[in-house]
Amino acid sequence: MSQGRSGAEQRLVTPGMAIGPLSGMRVGSGAVTHNGEIIATKLGWVREFNGTISVDPISSPYLPRSGDLVIGTVAEVRNNLWFMDINGSFQGLLPMSLAPWKVEFGQARQHMNVGDSALARVQEVDECHNVVLTMKGIGLRRLSQGAVIEVPVNHLDRIRGDNNNNLDRMKDVSDCRIIVGENGRVWVDGSDDGIAWAREALRIAKEHGHKDNFKSIMEQHEKKLTKKGDA
Amino acid sequence: MGGYGDVQLLRDDGLRLDGRKLDESRPVTIEAGILPAADGSAMVTHGLNVAVAAVYGPMEAHPRKIQRQDRAVIDVRYNMAPFSTSDRIRPGFNRRSREISKVTAEALESVVLVERFPRSKIRVEIEILAAEAGTRCAGITAASVALADAGIPMRDMIVGVASGKIEDTVVLDLDKAEDNYGQADLPAGILPNTGEIAFLQMDGDLSPEEFDLAMEYNFKAAKEIHEIMVDALKARYDGGDN
Repeated sequence: MSQGRSGAEQRLVTPGMAIGPLSGMRVGSGAVTHNGEIIATKLGWVREFNGTISVDPISSPYLPRSGDLVIGTVAEVRNNLWFMDINGSFQGLLPMSLAPWKVEFGQARQHMNVGDSALARVQEVDECHNVVLTMKGIGLRRLSQGAVIEVPVNHLDRIRGDNNNNLDRMKDVSDCRIIVGENGRVWVDGSDDGIAWAREALRIAKEHGHKDNFKSIMEQHEKKLTKKGDA
Repeated sequence: MGGYGDVQLLRDDGLRLDGRKLDESRPVTIEAGILPAADGSAMVTHGLNVAVAAVYGPMEAHPRKIQRQDRAVIDVRYNMAPFSTSDRIRPGFNRRSREISKVTAEALESVVLVERFPRSKIRVEIEILAAEAGTRCAGITAASVALADAGIPMRDMIVGVASGKIEDTVVLDLDKAEDNYGQADLPAGILPNTGEIAFLQMDGDLSPEEFDLAMEYNFKAAKEIHEIMVDALKARYDGGDN
């Protein structure tokens, strides 16, 4: 999100603030038109891209979209389905038919119980925000080890970087497996030191992700683990 | 409101008892993002008032009977802490806090883009830690900043301001003595960018001319407080890309 701001008028706007006249521009997310003017509806950075003006929000709730890879936690189990907390307004529903196992009616709890985490994909979101999840797909599974760390949804692009540069670097330095869920949850698995380092890296992203000097802060943090490894 | 007649609220030099001019507001400070566990939060000090607001959500509305299929509901809970005034307040909901919660929720519903979150609930908690007249205004200002901090889309922010009448003179922002012994109070929720009014209450009597002057004061104060609100939100993200 925060990338791709090149050429834009870089300014912070608050809800209700006029961004400028409509004059042939299209209005993207985080803005509305009122009396021929573009008005910001969220606190964030103004972005102009391909004739569309939008606001990159500084903080934002997760709104599930079909196809999103998410990390969910089982909140409730019924005979034939699981309700999963996916960090959104509504719980996601994972029916028995979309689980990766052959589940007998009433046996759902034996495969995944309350509190278990799983990697799933959003199958469908209807107009009433009902979310259906699926675990049928490559790599979708129950997460039985590692740690799940929460980060702000709007900082995910920063964490990943251009072409996943930041994420790949984080994986290399920490020697951990890292999966970023679109719902602001990151799964990290590896050595204790690696997980601790990644946890701190994600905390830095959470606190400094919107700042200009984010990259240099991350580089300093990388040196910490390298030094430890050398000694 | 009013009725005490001979209490002197204006000095002989035309200023008010605390030295303020007629159209002068009490000092206002605002800080955004003070509660790490909330999705958005803010603290407003307005004179001796201290209001803290926390926003949670949008989340699934419970119980289901309060859900609206086409929009979110805003659940506001305004509460004064027992230690907020010199006389201890009995904890819990009362008639006054119920009324203020209701008018605040209705005011916020007019600016939040509730149609974006069907069947959801946005929970707004307003806690008054110290009270000195004008707590509903401080509370609504705090709630507005907290909603912006939580990333909830809004058409505009609401600024809570109040004017009133003391000794037959219209003044801005009544303090405790002026509120207790004055003749009228006119709290308003103003949308500073569009100039619309999200809520308006009146306690006491004002002539049409006095009402116009009181609203003029309110709009003036709203502009000033709005600047402080914007600065508070920008300060929260100090060191950003601007």
